[in-house]
This record gives sequence, C-alpha cells and structure tokens, in this order.
Amino acid sequence: MTPIVAAHREAPGVESVFREVYGQAVATLVRLFGDLTLAEDAVQEAFVVANDRWHSDGIPPNPAGWIVTTARNRAIDNLRRSARGRELHEQLGAVASRRQGPGADDWGEDGSVSDDQLRLIFTCCHPALRTEHQVALTLRLLGGLSVDEVARSFLVSESAMTKRLVRAKYKIKAAKIPYRVPAEADLPERLRSVLSVIYLVYNTGVDDPERASLRSDAIRLARALVVLVPDEPEAPGLLALMLLSEARVPARTAEGALVLLRDQDRTKWDRTMIEEGHAIVRTCIRRDQPGPFQLQAAIQAVHCNADSFDATDWHQIVALYDHLFSLMPTPVVALNRAIAIGETEGPGAALSALDAIAPDLDNYHLMHAARGTTLRRLGQRDAASAAYERAAHLAPTEADRRFLAQQIEELAEDGRLMQHLSDRSAGAHHEERPAQSYLAN
Amino acid sequence: MGQYLLSVHAAEGEAHEQSKPPEEMQKFMERVTALEAEMKASGAFVFGGRLHGPDAATVVRKRDGDLAITDGPFVESKEHIGGFYIINADDLDAALAWAGKVVECINEPIEVWPFFEMPGA
Repeated sequence: MTPIVAAHREAPGVESVFREVYGQAVATLVRLFGDLTLAEDAVQEAFVVANDRWHSDGIPPNPAGWIVTTARNRAIDNLRRSARGRELHEQLGAVASRRQGPGADDWGEDGSVSDDQLRLIFTCCHPALRTEHQVALTLRLLGGLSVDEVARSFLVSESAMTKRLVRAKYKIKAAKIPYRVPAEADLPERLRSVLSVIYLVYNTGVDDPERASLRSDAIRLARALVVLVPDEPEAPGLLALMLLSEARVPARTAEGALVLLRDQDRTKWDRTMIEEGHAIVRTCIRRDQPGPFQLQAAIQAVHCNADSFDATDWHQIVALYDHLFSLMPTPVVALNRAIAIGETEGPGAALSALDAIAPDLDNYHLMHAARGTTLRRLGQRDAASAAYERAAHLAPTEADRRFLAQQIEELAEDGRLMQHLSDRSAGAHHEERPAQSYLAN
Repeated sequence: MGQYLLSVHAAEGEAHEQSKPPEEMQKFMERVTALEAEMKASGAFVFGGRLHGPDAATVVRKRDGDLAITDGPFVESKEHIGGFYIINADDLDAALAWAGKVVECINEPIEVWPFFEMPGA
C-alpha cells in the first residue's frame, strides 16, 4: 500500500494529523474487525478521502473520529464485496456493521481509544515476534510512520521493510497473537518488552543524526504509554530517561565531533525538558517502586542537576549504579559504574573495574574508549593510545570516530610535550590530565 | 479458538529418562500425568504422545518422479522431535501458557506451532 503520509509532503498540517491519528484509528479498527490488514487498508483509504476533503473544507474538529468513522464504513464496504468478508461480516454482528455518517462520535462505544492502543502496543511487542519485527510494527502501527519512513529509519529498502511487516503480520494472524492487555501475571514482563522497544527506537535515533526523528517518535510513544498504564512507574521512568538525555543533545556535538560531558556548554541544555524529567524522577522516588528505567533516569537527573562537571554528585551516581546493577547485572551497567568509580575513587580503581569486565565487552567501542581515558589519566600513554585505536575501529558513528581521533592526537601531543620538558629540565613532571567521562556524555 | 502443536526436541542419542533413577522417573511420570489431566479437564487436550528416536523414523519423498523411502536425512540432524501435544487454545498467549507448564514439567524447551486453519473449517 502506498504510504499516503509520505506522498503528500506539501500539506504538513494534514500530514501531522495523519501521523497523530494513524495509530489510534488502526487500533480502534482492529478492535472492531479483529484483523490488522483490513484495519490498515481501511485507514489508508480514509486518509485518501480525507486528503481530498480536508484540503478544501479544512481539518474537522475531531479528525481521529472522522477517520475512524470513514475507515469503518470503508471496511464494511470492503467486507461486503468479498466472499470471505461476508462470512466475517456475519460473525461480527451489529457493532461493526452499521454505516455511519462522517463525524459520528460513537466509535469508541466499546472502550476508550487509549485501551485500543494499549492492546495494539502489546500485540506489536509480543515476545513471539522478533525484535526487529516488534520495532517495525511499533513504528508503523503506533508511531504512524509510513512504510518508507520506517524503511529509511532502519536503512533498508521499502520493499524489504514491506516484506518484514507482512511477515510480522502473518505471524500475528497465523499464531493468533492476541489483541489484548496481557494477564496481570505477565504484565510486568510484557511491559518491559514494550519499553525496551521504545528505548531501542530512541537509541537508534541517538546513534545516527540522519535518524534523529526516531528520538521524537520514541518520546511521543512513551508519553502515550504513560497515560495508558498509569500504575506502572517504569513507563514514566523511561520517559524521564529519554527527556533528560534529549535535553543535552544540543551540547553533545560540535563541528561533527562528540563533546565530552566535562566540556559541554551546559547553557545549551534544554531546561524545559530537564525540568519535566526532574519532576517525573521526583514522582518516581516518591512511589518507591524502583526499576531499571527509573534508576537510569535518576542517574541522568543527577548529571542534569550539576552546574558543572566538577559539581556532579558522583557518589550518588555510583550508589544509583550499584542499585541498577543489583536489578540488571549486565556488563554495560558494570562499565558505566566503573567510569563513575573513576570519579569517586580515582583512575586506578576504575581500571581494575574495567579490566574485570573487558573480556565481556571486547567488541564494544565504549569499553575501549573508557579504558583509553582511564589509562591516560594514569599516564600510560601507549596503552591509552592502543585502547582509543581499538575503540575507533569499533565505533559506529562518524562523531565517535572523530572524537577518538582527537584523543589519539592529543596523546601524541602529550608525548611530544613530555619529551620537550624532559629535554629542558629533568625535574619537570607532567600534570595529571583531568578526569574525563566519555560514557557520561 | 485454534489448534497448536507443542513439540519437544530431543538431542540425538539422548535417552536421559533411562539414566534417571527410578524414584525420579516416577516423579516425572506423576508430573506429566497431572499436567495431562489438567489439559483434559480444561478441554485443551486434543492428542499427545512420545515418539521413538530417529532410528525408528522414515522419510518419504519424491526422487526423480518416484517415491523414495529412506531412513533419513531428517530436517535437523542434531535434534529430532521427541514428543508432542496437540491442544486447543483461544490464542497464542493461551497456548504459550500451556507450553510453559509443559516446560516446567519436563524441563525441555517446547516449540509452539499454530495449525493452519482451512477456510470454513
């Protein structure tokens, strides 16, 4: 199906409304008809009608209701035309079968729109689907991105993404992955799966400036989720984590290279986002049901709270990482904790902690970058340079590689300076380089 | 409502139940019997059984236009289907809940395969 949203770039008002209501409309149609493909086709057809009408008549006061009503009427017409449809149509009975005039507002009669979306989010992120399929479905069905936009986000062709979505939808249908909120017992784990997908979407946007829009998509999805599951503190935890990370984006790069947290111009941080993030973290602390996303948000909140790098409360950050590691004992958490230890106990302690996890993270550029920074603080220039070289070899983005090349160049300059000083005066000694937390960037 | 195959795959040459001490084997059988009673009581149970190993299995395929009967090769040489249940379940979550119980019971991974549904069936 042609992505209508992408095809009408000249009308940004209508386009943003489409993106906004796509997920709501598909979710409601799925509830009414129990079929994802049918729902999507009908919503696309409603967009075609809307695109003609809204450009001349203007956007109606309740665009989502308008789209749902139009899509429902289209779906009923489509069902009546096909033999399989007639059968399904008979099974569906009264709820879905009455045609309605545009603007009729009782499409939410069997449950609120947010309930529909919540059900669909759990379907899209069902653990029986592969992660890449979960992400693609979430962006398409809940984020309202066109197939082409989802394809570009993951650097694959539109036809490859179409195939991926078709396969994912085939599995939903063939295996009968349900459209409903999981049972209470399964809910925390299923919610984690949903939150992880959203965070993966965000981080995909962090790693690549060309895909920056994924970050706002992820934040939008998290905002929706917070409303949908008000009793689950990990949802606002994820939202706060992303807001506090997003707030620092304007200061994170300069001239295409990464800027260290230590060197960032903190006046460029987005104060509105930080305030919102801090408020959410405070609420989470009051609820006292800590989880991995809330703790990561709390760590970001401590960073954002500091007026300068030196004013950062590193002891609190280490304590939060200790707590996080007790819930999520992964090598990456251990890595971040080791870097924070470098600020409280010094580079020697950090190096021991890093060496302990190095075998697990040998292919992770940030581990080698952290070792490089730590070795440099310890005055081990050759070992530091080798670690930065390895990090640069593994680094995923141009900004990372530029930053690491700068570090290697600075180390070489340090070496030349040392040689120069020792030539002139045997008594001169090199002042220890300041602490640099690359990861906390 | 759909039907699902819950299958267990055993590694080739593995006959772990024979190496179990008798009292452990008895407990294992009691767990399996209890689970099957639960499946039957809830209406989920359609059919189930344990299979012989690949030594006893046969493949029928077409070769050069004729039917050829061989004792292999099988799809996966390292593992073979060791036993299965066919169950009724409303949706995948319900089937996965049963699969979870089977895993708890026999301590082997379980694959969940939905049956293809014939239109109008």
